Amino acid sequence: MSEINKQQSIKDQNYPLGGWGSHGIVRGLFVPLNIENVDTDQIIPARFLKGTTKDGFGKNLFIDWRYINNDEQQPKPDFVLNQPQYKGQILVAGKNFGCGSSREHAAWALTDAGFKVVVSSFFADIFKNNALNNGLLPVVVSDEFLQRIFDQDYDAALTVDLENQTLTIDNTNEAVAFEINSYKKTCLLNGYDDIDFLLGMKEEIERFEMNRM
Amino acid sequence: MAKTLFDKIWDAHTVKEINGGISVLYIDKHLIHEVTSPQAFKGIKNRGIPVFRPKQIIATADHNVPTVNQHLPIQDELGKKQVDALMENCKNHHIELYGLGHPYQGIVHVIGPELGITQPGITIVCGDSHTSTHGAFGCIAFGIGTSEVEMVFATQCVMQSKPKTMRINVNGVLGDGVVSKDIVLYILAQITASGATGYAVEFAGSTISNLTMEARMTVCNMSIEMGARCGLIAPDETTFDYIKGRQFAPANELWDASLAKWKILSSDDDSTFDSEIFINAEDISPMITYGTNPGMGIPINAFIPTIACIADSDKAGFSKALAYMGFEEGKKIAGQKIDYVFIGSCTNSRIEDLRMVAGYVKGKTKSADVEVWIVPGSKQVEKQAIEEGIDKIFIEAGFQLRQPGCSACLGMNEDKIPAGKYCISTSNRNFEGRQGAGARTLLASPLTAAAAAITGHVAFPFYLERGA
Repeated sequence: MSEINKQQSIKDQNYPLGGWGSHGIVRGLFVPLNIENVDTDQIIPARFLKGTTKDGFGKNLFIDWRYINNDEQQPKPDFVLNQPQYKGQILVAGKNFGCGSSREHAAWALTDAGFKVVVSSFFADIFKNNALNNGLLPVVVSDEFLQRIFDQDYDAALTVDLENQTLTIDNTNEAVAFEINSYKKTCLLNGYDDIDFLLGMKEEIERFEMNRM
Repeated sequence: MAKTLFDKIWDAHTVKEINGGISVLYIDKHLIHEVTSPQAFKGIKNRGIPVFRPKQIIATADHNVPTVNQHLPIQDELGKKQVDALMENCKNHHIELYGLGHPYQGIVHVIGPELGITQPGITIVCGDSHTSTHGAFGCIAFGIGTSEVEMVFATQCVMQSKPKTMRINVNGVLGDGVVSKDIVLYILAQITASGATGYAVEFAGSTISNLTMEARMTVCNMSIEMGARCGLIAPDETTFDYIKGRQFAPANELWDASLAKWKILSSDDDSTFDSEIFINAEDISPMITYGTNPGMGIPINAFIPTIACIADSDKAGFSKALAYMGFEEGKKIAGQKIDYVFIGSCTNSRIEDLRMVAGYVKGKTKSADVEVWIVPGSKQVEKQAIEEGIDKIFIEAGFQLRQPGCSACLGMNEDKIPAGKYCISTSNRNFEGRQGAGARTLLASPLTAAAAAITGHVAFPFYLERGA
């Protein structure tokens, strides 16, 4: 096993969601959801929040947009997730994605449905944190670049390189850099989570409490 | 260095700053409910660690509880499972639970303030975006996801990047029929549903200072609808008077010490904000939403915008919203027929809201075509409404007075608005399907909701009041 592969397998072991891509890269087709202000009630409506585990939310992802008359039976043919040519681990959505409710179920539904990246020109605050805490990478690009992606045909592929913080439209080779907090990047690449980090700070937290008394 | 109120509280709670500008933030109070906590309890169980500070947690059941026959077992199997899990988890971890049947049970953002748990200068989190409500007391309060709920269980801390600061100044005197809900819907219409994303918003100015605590809570409650991390208002005598004597408020010498600390909580005169907005109270009319996000609001006597006035990038969303709502561009919204009126939610379900509605409908009866649900925010609000005789006014008007819970704000329980029906709602979100699949929500103040209940359509509350 090469050194890189060995590292990769360690990452995957530590990472319950299956690791963040190979060498920190996710490459492939994307699903264009050209709608702005997609709120978490659309991502997963409240009536599907009754689980006590994190599993199985993917089947109800965007459910009211996927079916005619909200009957959960007859698919709406014009909705992007019902069109077989659109697939992949990258969702590209209009600005202000994930606004509204703090429900982490929205992130769970997206990862359960196989998404690893959401690209938009703007994310709601709580959703962004929830996504990062579940190995789902929010990539912020400019409105113009977002439009460039929407302008691509269904068979265009994107490459998201977390290590180098770039998003590339493969056909045209147009690339942009994206921002991510360095701590969060390390967490994603290595499969660490915030709780591990905070548990390591337990004594410091206790001292902080003492000093406030 | 001059600091804003937000910076003062944030800095005082920062245990450590780590690389990339993330703060390890200490949390004073953690509120939990049945929907966003079970996975977090499972998480710490899987890690084999205890709840670090159980005494700093308060639990209640609100999101999916029924609002009728609360003394009977919950019919909905999955809802019952969540409520039962909360009871078991609270018992196992020695967390105070105000569950169904408890005299303190209610919507998590109603009970925190009414019990005196919410206090100036502290940090509060809850796995619910409307945690911003508590900021009305001059504290930092924000909604978190379930992973973060688990972090707080484990360590009483969250890891967050520090938001930028914004101050929204509202000055002047409100007109007749204009209440705090109209202020916040007006701000939303001005700055849009993402206008404060990335910011902590301080509300200030004479109009805000003159609001009661409950009215201030309505404003801060909807700061999340602008995308804000949190909303807050500097504490003053109104704040202190409200807190004094409440169940968990400091008493005796502790009260004096607390008061001394609270009185210095304000933004320094020479502090600067990353963004500042000024609004004249005189410009605000009773508001109503016509679309599918809370930023799509207009004065009741105005017309729905035409697509020509909408920015190109927003045209598709605008058309989609109107199609969902069954509205046409350029049409008047007043006179729109209504099927349901919902008065409740963490935005507007407190005693002052119920008094406002009762004062308006006293001696009147509802329109025959409208179903009206009044859902008090808590057992204590319900009790007080009964003591004041408000319940009788509602019953005589033909309204249904239900039992406390989140109810039709998000339709997790049976209180759903049927597809295609119009509901004037005092809640906070008019998203597609929010109140039930296909439901059409118009957000408004309790006063406007009351006017709709009586007339059966969208009506300007002021004229009706004068005419009655």
